[in-house]
Amino acid sequence: MTSTGFLSSAEAVTINVTAFLITLALFGVYVAALGHNPWDVYYVLYLGSFARQISVESTLTNAAPLMLTALCTAIPARAGLLVIGGEGALVVGGVATVLAGVMLVDAPFLLGVAAMGAAGALAGGLWIAFAGVLRQYRGVNETISSLLLNYIAIAVMYHLITGPMRDWDRVLKTSSWSIPDTLRVAELPFIDVHWGLAAGVVTCLLLYILMRHTTLGFSVDVLGGNPRAAQMVGLPINRMVLLCCFLGGAAAGLAGSFEVMAVHGFASESLAVGFGYAGILVAFLSRQNPAAIIVLAILLGGITASGGLLQRRFDLPDATTQVLQGLLFMVVLASNAAYGRLSVFQPARWRTV
Amino acid sequence: MEATDISWWSVVIAVFGGAIRLSTPYLFVSLGETLTEKSGRVNLGLEGVLVMGAMSGYATAVLTSEPWLGVLVAGCSGALLSLIHAVVCTLPRVNDIAVGIAVFIFGTGLAFFLGKPFINPSAPRLPDIELGWWSTSPQVQSALQINMLFVIGFLLALFLAWALKSTRWGLVLRTVGDSEEAADALGYNIPRVRMIGTVSGGFLAGVGGSYLSLYFPGTWNEGLSSGQGLMAVALVIFARWDPVRCFYASLLFGGATALGPALQTVGITSNYYLYGAAPYFLTLAVLIYSSSPNKALEGAPGEVSINR
Repeated sequence: MTSTGFLSSAEAVTINVTAFLITLALFGVYVAALGHNPWDVYYVLYLGSFARQISVESTLTNAAPLMLTALCTAIPARAGLLVIGGEGALVVGGVATVLAGVMLVDAPFLLGVAAMGAAGALAGGLWIAFAGVLRQYRGVNETISSLLLNYIAIAVMYHLITGPMRDWDRVLKTSSWSIPDTLRVAELPFIDVHWGLAAGVVTCLLLYILMRHTTLGFSVDVLGGNPRAAQMVGLPINRMVLLCCFLGGAAAGLAGSFEVMAVHGFASESLAVGFGYAGILVAFLSRQNPAAIIVLAILLGGITASGGLLQRRFDLPDATTQVLQGLLFMVVLASNAAYGRLSVFQPARWRTV
Repeated sequence: MEATDISWWSVVIAVFGGAIRLSTPYLFVSLGETLTEKSGRVNLGLEGVLVMGAMSGYATAVLTSEPWLGVLVAGCSGALLSLIHAVVCTLPRVNDIAVGIAVFIFGTGLAFFLGKPFINPSAPRLPDIELGWWSTSPQVQSALQINMLFVIGFLLALFLAWALKSTRWGLVLRTVGDSEEAADALGYNIPRVRMIGTVSGGFLAGVGGSYLSLYFPGTWNEGLSSGQGLMAVALVIFARWDPVRCFYASLLFGGATALGPALQTVGITSNYYLYGAAPYFLTLAVLIYSSSPNKALEGAPGEVSINR
C-alpha cells in the first residue's frame, strides 16, 4: 500500500471511530434524558453484542445478511447511483429461493443449494437492475424507484404467502411452502453461525477485488467520479450501470436465499425485518468499500443483536436500536465534512502546520 | 345482474370518498416537499417526518384532549426534525438525499420509541364537515364527510401557488433553488433561505402526519404510514413542482390507496395485497411516464439533485 493510500485509510478510520464515539455520547444523553444510566446502557450494548460467545454468535448471524444487503447500496454507489432497494431485493431473493427449493425436492444437497442460491441472486439482481434500467433509459431517479420497489416486493410476497404459495398446514404463522429439509443449510464448523456468514465474507472480498484490482472496477470508478469523462473515453456506461445494479441486487438476493435456506426454511414476514435498511447504513459507514463492509456489518450486527437485551434489562422499546442506527447514520454523514480538513492526514500541509 | 351494478357503483363511491379522505396526507407532504425542493434541496426524510408528526400529534391530543393543539405540535415536531436535515446539509460534501434516508430511519425510530406508550389510549378526533346533506344515500354522505384539514390543504395549495409566483419571498426561494450563482450574485443568504424552505416544508409534512393519527384512520400504531411520505416526494415530480397540481395528484393517489379496501367491502378479497400495492405501482408508473432521459424536467428547480 502506498503511503497516501495508508494515510487516507487512517483518515477514514479516525473519522469513523470519532463519529461512532460522538454517536454513543448523543445516545447516552438521549437515554439519560429518559432516566437511564448511560454507562449501564453501554455495558448492556457490549454484553448483548460481543461479551460472550452466544452474543458474538448472534452478532455474526445478524451481520451475515447485512454484509450482502450493504453491497446492494455500495456497488451501484461506485458507479454513482444511490440505490436503497436492498430490502426488496432480499425479499424477492427469498421468495425465488423457496420456488427453486420446492422444485428441487430430490436434488442432491450441493446442487440444490447452489440452484437455490443462484435463483435468489438472479431474482434480486434483476430486481435492482430494473431500477438501473429505469434510471438509464427513462431518467427515473433510482433512489425513489428502488424504495418503491421495496414496498412492491413486500406486497407481492404477502400476496404469494397468503394465497398462491401459502402453506395451509402451518396454522400459527402465515408463510409459504417450506423448502425440503434435505436442502436446509447447516451451521459453520466450530461456531453456531450459519454458512451465510461465509458467503457474505467471500462475496465482499470477491467484489472488493473486482472493484479495486480489475479494469472493470477502474472503469466503474471513472464513471462514478466523472460521468462526462467516462462518456468521452467511450466507456459502455449503460452496461456498466446495469451490471453494478445487478451485482448489488444479486448480493441482497443471496442474503434472502440464506435467510430461507439457513434460518427460516420458508418465506414469511420475517424476511422483511429491516436488514435492507440497516445495510444502507453499513454501506455508508464503509464509504462504499466492499472490504470495509465486512467489519462494519459486524458492528451493526452487534447493535441489532443487543436490541433484545436492551429491551429486557431497561424495558426500552424495540425501536431503541433503530434510534441508535438513525443517529449513527446522521453523524457519519455529517462527518463527511471532516475529510481533507485534518492536516495530520495531508502530507502537503505537514510543513506549514 | 342489478346487484353487481350496485356493488360496482359503491366501489366507485368508495374510491371517490377515499380520494378525498386519503389524499390529505399526500397533499400536505407534497406541498412541504415542493417548498423544500423549490429552495434547491431534496428531503427524502419526509416519510420519517410524517410518522413523527402522527405520533406527536396523537400524544398531544391524548394528553390535552385538544386535537387542534395536536396538529400544531405535529407541525412543530416535523419542523424540528427537518431542521436537523437542513443543518447537516449546510456542511460541505454532504449529500442531501443520503441525509434524507438518515432522517427517514431516525424519525420513524424516534416516533416508534416515544410513541410506544400511546398505542392503546384513544385520542379525540378532528371534527367533520358534512357536505353530503343533500343526498339520502348513506354511502354518498359518508364519502362527503370532509375534514377541515382537507379544506385548509386546498386553500394552502392555492396560496402557495400564488406566493411562489407573485411574492418577493417566492422569487427569492425560486432563485436560490434555480441557480446558486444567481442567488449569490444577488446577495441572498443561500443557507438561510434553504433552511426556511426545508423547515417550513417539514412543518407541513408533520401536519399531514397528524391527519393520519387524528382523523383517518384516527389512531396511532407502528403500521400507520405505509410510505405515503415517500410517495408524496415522487408525486411532486409528477406534479411538476406546482402546488395546485399537487392537489390534483393527491386526489389521484388517495383514490388509488382506497382501491383495495373499497374492493374488500364488496367482497373481492382475493389479491388484496396486490390492490393494496396500487399506490406504489401508480407512483412508479407516473415516474416512468413523467421522467425523461434526455432533458431536465419542465418546472424543475435547477439545483435539485433528484433531477439529473
